[in-house]
Amino acid sequence: MSMPAYYTTKDKIWHYTFRVLCYAIFFFLLAPILIMIPLSFNAQPFFTFTREMLTLNPDGYSLRWYRDFLGSESWMRSIRNSFGIGIAATIVSTTLGTLAALGLSRSEMPAKGLIMGILISPMIVPLIISAAGMFFFFSSINIAQTYLGVVLAHAALGTPFVVITVTATLVGFDQSLIRAAANLGASPTRTFFKITMPLILPGVVSGALFAFITSFDEIVVVLFVAGVEQRTIPREMWSGIREDISPTILAVATILVMISIALLTVVELLRRRGERLRGVTPH
Amino acid sequence: MAIQSATSEEGAVGTATDSRGRLVTSDGTPLRRALERANRRRKLTALALVAPLLAFILIFFAFPIAQMMWRSVDNPQIVNALPRTLVALEDWNGQGVPDEPVFAALHADMMEDLDRPRREQAIGPLGIRLNYELSAARSAISRTARNVPDFDAPYRDAFTDAHRLWGQPELWQIIKREGRPLTLSYYVAALDREYDAEGNIVKRPENRQIYVSLFGRTLALSLAITAMTFLLGFPIAYYLSTLPMRYANLLMIAVLLPFWTSLLVRTSAWIVLLQQQGVINNALVGMGFINDDGRFSLIYNQTGTIIAMTHILLPFMVLPLYSVMRTIPPTYLRAAKSLGATPWTAFRRVYFPQTLPGIGAGGVLVFIISIGYYITPALVSGQSGRMISNEIARHIQQSLNWGLAAALGTMLLVGVLVLYWLYNRLVGTDSLKFG
Repeated sequence: MSMPAYYTTKDKIWHYTFRVLCYAIFFFLLAPILIMIPLSFNAQPFFTFTREMLTLNPDGYSLRWYRDFLGSESWMRSIRNSFGIGIAATIVSTTLGTLAALGLSRSEMPAKGLIMGILISPMIVPLIISAAGMFFFFSSINIAQTYLGVVLAHAALGTPFVVITVTATLVGFDQSLIRAAANLGASPTRTFFKITMPLILPGVVSGALFAFITSFDEIVVVLFVAGVEQRTIPREMWSGIREDISPTILAVATILVMISIALLTVVELLRRRGERLRGVTPH
Repeated sequence: MAIQSATSEEGAVGTATDSRGRLVTSDGTPLRRALERANRRRKLTALALVAPLLAFILIFFAFPIAQMMWRSVDNPQIVNALPRTLVALEDWNGQGVPDEPVFAALHADMMEDLDRPRREQAIGPLGIRLNYELSAARSAISRTARNVPDFDAPYRDAFTDAHRLWGQPELWQIIKREGRPLTLSYYVAALDREYDAEGNIVKRPENRQIYVSLFGRTLALSLAITAMTFLLGFPIAYYLSTLPMRYANLLMIAVLLPFWTSLLVRTSAWIVLLQQQGVINNALVGMGFINDDGRFSLIYNQTGTIIAMTHILLPFMVLPLYSVMRTIPPTYLRAAKSLGATPWTAFRRVYFPQTLPGIGAGGVLVFIISIGYYITPALVSGQSGRMISNEIARHIQQSLNWGLAAALGTMLLVGVLVLYWLYNRLVGTDSLKFG
């Protein structure tokens, strides 16, 4: 947004006002997340900056909330649960979702709109309703408060993201490559692993990442379907916020923000690789 | 071999014809049939690929929700517990207390129930069911059930002595009205109505009306949040779309980082910032803008809900807006200006109309998400910022009135599906993208 030479004073004032406004909104977006990072090093059990912190006195800072976090059996269990459930759910939803996306992007697929509608419904239905339904159903088949129940629930919630990202990748997919492979004597399975898979891999991986994040960040279904044994990180944070408010949740939050930054980077790199591979140049 | 199978599968056009002059493939089958067979096989392959996920979603997602919706009309408790009583009640005219035969039937029903194994007993669920309609019913049923083996004829006096409720026509009206396998009473309650003595549906007394105003508040809060995300999202989406790709991608991180950050993290961030002893109030006091007693209550009310949810949902507005704005050629604006339009006119008449698909997409998306939101309102809303999903959760987890929870949930779900259908008409699902 460089400023053209013909701008009048009024135009210039507007130009700068608008920029200030935009940066204020960016600040609104980022500040709440970033402000937790210094606060998590608070030496006092407060959710606010102490005088020592503001004067940059080293005594105002400590790692006690991180020690608290690492020394707590329930937090450690929640980390194991979050990763275990997340990875298991991601494997289920990525496998099923990728297969379905391959079927859906074939031109011969009947009732495409209806099936697509059903498959992405877990994304549309409010979580409280999915959670309530699963709570009743899982209780009736005795998988409520089990790992199996939580994994199946999270897998169902994650599949729409896999279906959508892989379908989107397949839009740019050159179908004649499949025919060429068949023509050269490759079996359908071999064609899939040697030709299709490498090309749609960025889509599959980012779909899998979305599915993982969905599970990792999910709390409503966990509140209804999981028992004490299956508590995940968000579930522990929920208790932390509701019951005993201690800055430990800020330490956890800081770690989670770091994880999201890492994931964000991975997705961005994947996106670029995908564009390069499919020959779509960023404009 | 592979070449042959590939060509026959594609139904390649040969030059050969059969005796009736129809085109045939290299192995002699008519081309039309070979094509049909190949197409059928391809269709089946496509279906087979989709089938596992479809089955999975139907079993573990769609069926549970259908089952939950069924709960909103399912009404087996009275029919199961009091079959004889219901038959005897058929002759009752709905006025006064029923006669002895009804009480004799009631006695027989309750005695039979005592002989059943504990988990099959129907009197417990009956008490819970009747309690939704009449708040003393549960204790009346359980107290009577304990004493019923000692009852002697005439049963009418025995029952009315055991609990005064049996002598009230109201209880009998409820038993007669709800003695059917299906009921609308949960929806009646969810709409703040009730049955009067004549069985007409009337409005509840003012002080017991909850849900209609809660739906109204949920809609109002969602609209406010949608409006806020639009007001904040439009300028930055526009700004991002005017930047060169390199800088836009960099600044996009400000939108994407919140998007990728755990919901609980963002919610707790707002609690940290907004509470009475929180960062914002402390800063204002520290800088002398307000004194210590004048701290703003920014959280555990509607303000807190709107601020936190606007922050959480803002990316859902910015991303669709940005992708639409990127496609609007900047030359249009310049053309409008060179034809004499003021910047405001050019924006209003040329630029803004082209962003409408993005506004529609982002707006409906934010609205749909916020209308069913549970976590953030539950943590930051206090009493005044509660939304309908909080009430659904309360009925499932605390008051255990699952029929009412199902009725409220079904109404919410239908609302969201209608909105989604609208969204789909507006933009199509293909435009859903993340990140």
